[in-house]
Amino acid sequence: MTDDCLKTTPLHALHKELGGKMVPFAGYDMPVQYPMGIMAEHLHTREKAGLFDVSHMGQATLKPKGAGDAAQALEKLTPGALESLKPGAMRYTMLLNERGGILDDFMVTRPIDDDKALYLVVNAGCKEQDFAHIAASLADEADLYVHEDRVLLALQGPKAASVLETVIPNIGTLGFMQARWLDHDGETLIISRAGYTGEDGFEISLPVSIADAFARRLLDHEDVAMIGLGARDSLRLEAGLCLYGHDISVETTPVEAGLRFAIPKSRRARADFPGAKTIMAQLSDGPDRVRVGFRPVDRTIAREGTKITTSDGEKVIGHVTSGGFAPSVGGPVGMGYSDPAFAEPGTAIGLLVRGKVRPARITTMPFVPHNYVRKSPTKTG
Amino acid sequence: MTRTYYSEDHEWITVNEDEGTVGITEYAQSQLGDVVFVELPEVGAVLSKGDDAAVVESVKAASELYAPVTGEVTAVNHSVVEEPSLVNTAPMDDGWFFTLKLTDPSELDEMMDEEAYEAYVKDLG
Repeated sequence: MTDDCLKTTPLHALHKELGGKMVPFAGYDMPVQYPMGIMAEHLHTREKAGLFDVSHMGQATLKPKGAGDAAQALEKLTPGALESLKPGAMRYTMLLNERGGILDDFMVTRPIDDDKALYLVVNAGCKEQDFAHIAASLADEADLYVHEDRVLLALQGPKAASVLETVIPNIGTLGFMQARWLDHDGETLIISRAGYTGEDGFEISLPVSIADAFARRLLDHEDVAMIGLGARDSLRLEAGLCLYGHDISVETTPVEAGLRFAIPKSRRARADFPGAKTIMAQLSDGPDRVRVGFRPVDRTIAREGTKITTSDGEKVIGHVTSGGFAPSVGGPVGMGYSDPAFAEPGTAIGLLVRGKVRPARITTMPFVPHNYVRKSPTKTG
Repeated sequence: MTRTYYSEDHEWITVNEDEGTVGITEYAQSQLGDVVFVELPEVGAVLSKGDDAAVVESVKAASELYAPVTGEVTAVNHSVVEEPSLVNTAPMDDGWFFTLKLTDPSELDEMMDEEAYEAYVKDLG
C-alpha cells in the first residue's frame, strides 16, 4: 500500500515487480530491500554490480545570465573551487550557512558542451530547499533549471564497467570523477564515474521515457541485481561516507566532519565562503569535536544517538551518528562525533548501549578499502 | 509431553512440565531480516511475563524479545550469540534463546496454540 502523501519515482512499478519492500524515505515510497535481503544485496554490490534507483535525488542545471560563469556564482554559497572545473569534470562540495553549518553536500559537474554552466545532483531530503536557496541567492547571476523529467540510476561494483559497456561502448575509459554527455537512441544520457558505495561505478542520468527499459536492460545482465536503500546505507557506511541529516547537518561544519579536502587552498586564501570566519578559525585552532570511525570490540551494534564515553564509562565524549552491521567487514562499525582528544585511531572508548558501557576502538575510515578506478585521462602523473 | 505456545509478539515457548524453551518464530525472523547480534539474559535471572529478556538485532533494527511467561532463566544458547544467523536459518530449533523454569504455568493459557498463531499471522497480511 502506498501512502497518498508519498511521491514515487518513475521506476516504482519495477521495484514492486521485483518484490521490493517499500518504505517512506525523504517523501518517496522507496525500496529498502528486495527478496535477496540487505546482507546479500550489499555483498553482491561489492562482488559484482548493484543497480540503485536514486531518482529521488535532485538534478538541476545552473546557467549564467549573460556572459558570466555559473561556477563563479555558486562559489558564493560553497567552499569549493568550482570555477576551475574543466568540461566533464566533477567535484564534491557543500552548501554552507553563515555559521559554517552544512545545508547539504552535493556533486557538481561541468557539462561537456557548456563551460559556463554546472550540472548539480543534490540529496533527496534537501532538494526543495537547496534549489530555492540557490535560485534566490544567485537570482541576479544565474538561472536554475530543475530536471523533474530525469531518472538517476547508480550502477556500482567491480563489474559495473563491464556491464555498462554492453550498453554504452567504451564507457570504461571514463576517468574517476569525470562525466560524459552521450546521445543514446536520440536521448541525452549524463554518465559519471562516481557513486557512494566506495566501489567503482557510474551514475546515469536519463529521461523518464527510456528509464524503465534502460534499467531492465542492465538487470538482464547476470552480474546485476537491483539494490535497495538498506544496502545503500551499509555500503556507504563501510566506505566511511557521510549521510546528510545524520553524519553531517546544519549543526556540523566541514572541518568537524573531516571534509577539509572540500575546502581547497584557493578558497582558504580568499576566505569568502559562507561561515568562513568559523571555518578558518577551526582550520587553524582545530575544532571542538571531530567525526570519527569506531569498531566495537564485541558484536554490539551502536546505532545513531548512542553515547560515546571514555573507556571507563565515566565521561561522555561524543555520540554516534551512524552505526550498524557491516557485511563486508563481518562485524559492527560506526561513526560519530568525539572530543578530539579521543580521536586518534586505536584509542579505547566506550559505547553506552542499553545501560552498559561496551568496549570499542577508534579506527581509521573507510572500514573497507575504496575500490575506485585509478585512471583519470585528464591528469598526468 | 511437550507443547508449544505462541505470543502476539512472535515468541514461542516449548514446555515440558515446568521447563520451557524460548525463541522467536519463523514469521519474526522473516520480518527482522538478517540477524547479526543476539544478547541473552543471564542464567539465574528472574523474569516477569513481558520483561525485556533478550535483544535481537538485524541489519535493519534492534528488537526486544519479551519473556512470554514468568520464570527463572536456567540456560542460554551461546550458539546464537556466536552465530546469530541461526535465528534466521533455524528459529524454531537450533536458534532457541534460553530456557525458563516456569513460576506459573497457568500463564500459558493466555498464549496461542500453533493453529491460532497461524491464523493470527495470516491476519497480519
